[in-house]
Amino acid sequence: MKIAVCIKQVVTRDWPVRIDESAAWVRDGDASFEMNEPDAYALEEGLRLKERHGGEVVVCSAGPARVAQVIREALARGADRAIHVESEDLATADAGVVAEALASAVREESFDLVLTGLQSDDQGFGETGVILAERLGLPHATIIMEIAADGDGAGRIRVKRELEGGWFQWITLPTPALLTIQSGINQLRYATLRGIMAAKRKDVRTVPFASPPPSAWNIVALRVPVKDKQTRFVDGPPEAAAAELVRLLRDEARAL
Amino acid sequence: MPMPSSARPPVLVIAEQRAGSLNPVTWETVAAAQVIGGPISVALAGAGLAGAATELASADVSEVLVVEDPALERYTPDGFIAALAQVIERERPGLVLFPHTYQTRDYAPALASRLGRVLIPDCVGATARDGGLVLLRPMFQGKFVAEVAPAGDGPHCVSFQIGAWRADAAARGGAAATRAVPVTIDAAAIRQRPEEPFQEAKQAVDLTQAERIVAVGRGIKGQEHLPLAQELARSLGAELAASRPICDSGWLPMDRQIGSSGQTVSPKLYVALGISGAIQHLVGMKGARTIVAVNKDADAPIFEVADYGIVGDLFEVVPALVAALGE
Ligand SMILES: Cc1cc2nc3c(=O)[nH]c(=O)nc-3n(C[C@H](O)[C@H](O)[C@H](O)COP(=O)(O)OP(=O)(O)OC[C@H]3O[C@@H](n4cnc5c(N)ncnc54)[C@H](O)[C@@H]3O)c2cc1C
Ligand SMILES: Nc1ncnc2c1ncn2[C@@H]1O[C@H](COP(=O)(O)O)[C@@H](O)[C@H]1O
Repeated sequence: MKIAVCIKQVVTRDWPVRIDESAAWVRDGDASFEMNEPDAYALEEGLRLKERHGGEVVVCSAGPARVAQVIREALARGADRAIHVESEDLATADAGVVAEALASAVREESFDLVLTGLQSDDQGFGETGVILAERLGLPHATIIMEIAADGDGAGRIRVKRELEGGWFQWITLPTPALLTIQSGINQLRYATLRGIMAAKRKDVRTVPFASPPPSAWNIVALRVPVKDKQTRFVDGPPEAAAAELVRLLRDEARAL
Repeated sequence: MPMPSSARPPVLVIAEQRAGSLNPVTWETVAAAQVIGGPISVALAGAGLAGAATELASADVSEVLVVEDPALERYTPDGFIAALAQVIERERPGLVLFPHTYQTRDYAPALASRLGRVLIPDCVGATARDGGLVLLRPMFQGKFVAEVAPAGDGPHCVSFQIGAWRADAAARGGAAATRAVPVTIDAAAIRQRPEEPFQEAKQAVDLTQAERIVAVGRGIKGQEHLPLAQELARSLGAELAASRPICDSGWLPMDRQIGSSGQTVSPKLYVALGISGAIQHLVGMKGARTIVAVNKDADAPIFEVADYGIVGDLFEVVPALVAALGE
């Protein structure tokens, strides 16, 4: 099975993101970056499919030079090789532009399966995978929580899709196909020292993004959201704050 | 506030139904369309739609478009994309609005792409600016809101986050005309074969009945720290619950997960420990009467819904709370 896994590099969760001078993006020049969380699960699922069926796992990432870091990490976890569509503009691009960049990288490769994460932690479009499927002409299924061990042997896979509020649904679709993977589908493995050493010798093909499509929208401003509620903050050292909070919950909120 | 008439292209709202009953979030999208202004049509796709169409016709909109086809009886992305692409091409709206449900996530991005557009997803508001429409959408896990201006030709496709508009704000009282819109769908070309939706083994705990809930998020760092939260729950007479990553990691069972893919609760007291407040978590708990958040980040979105907050390290605050409750 030849599997592509699309991985986005995002600012680390704990990084205190601040709005930059343009007021349309964040100051991330000195940020630390990590692999988008559902993409890590997609990679793990790809590696497990390869272990079961044989084949190859190819990582695809679109972004500036810095995304080489998550590509190396994915290779260290066990991916076989990588394609990096490199362009500075991809860091802030809309989902249509990113999907086109990824399509340009995977179109010629004829993968059996293309996996993406469900949603990115920064832009949070939740749509790049679905657009990519449409651009590649592949059938797709989203928010996948399980890939059945055995297909029906006739080029089909059976996948479990998450619905709202704890409901699920099985769907069968023909391959080649694209799946968007939900966090929690499996338990992640981490890179071993051996994996990290091996990654250094693996092939990373860097391709330019020659003809990006026009942007579908422009971010005109970025700002801090307006609050719904006035939170009453209880300050002071932990003991004093805790005592005051308990008093408020008892006397004011009558919640105890 | 309605927008100036120069900014009012025809608006098409895409309704959602399952087995013939209307998903009530459709009314939120109708409310959004009414605020944006312009002649509004609502399209309903599926099979056996008479009841849902009648219900929709009570909205103050111009028309309800009924898109019936046996191939649409069960939702599939291929079927719905084929049908709605034909409807949009025929009706030529300037704006197409969707509720941002799991179903919309599943097909609307590909539908927009087929029309040569890109869906502007998960928006929380819309305002008029310089004669055009500006959409608001959360970014960076709700830490920021981006003002986004659609570029290029319409129809602009937009989905609205659940809860962004109030369903009961949708104006009724019109007797909208109902019109059947014929579509041609090749059932054999639908590639996805869906089975019946199901729930996993019956939930062991029913958190919807809990009076008090202590919920832990990734701020708890490791499974070995869970007893800390458990102790607070015991002192409060509360049930223990969690955000999704805690259940994904297997630290607590799935039936203790709160949020869009877990349980929706409305206890008297909800204490969020080290939870950032992503929208998928908030939808499950913002109906709680009193919300307390403990988070080391004063800008965490959880404080947008919290009544009481302590900005601090939960590993210091929680033991102090347990001690204070013991007095
Ligand atoms: C389709 C879909 C469905 C989803 N369904 C759900 C769902 O049902 N439920 C759900 O919860 N999520 C759901 N999610 C995931 C959701 O988007 C968030 O990723 C998740 O809620 C984040 O969990 P968290 O707040 O625990 O972790 P994080 O976002 O990582 O937040 C951790 C917080 O802990 C704070 N913190 C860290 N250390 C400390 C400390 N020592 N003391 C105090 N505070 C500390 C940090 O400041 C941060 O705010 C869903 C996502 C998608 C895309
Ligand atoms: N720049 C990128 N490079 C590689 N994959 C990406 C990129 N952007 C998005 N993706 C993939 O698309 C998924 C959904 O992202 P999004 O539509 O931004 O929420 C992510 O989980 C990734 O798998």
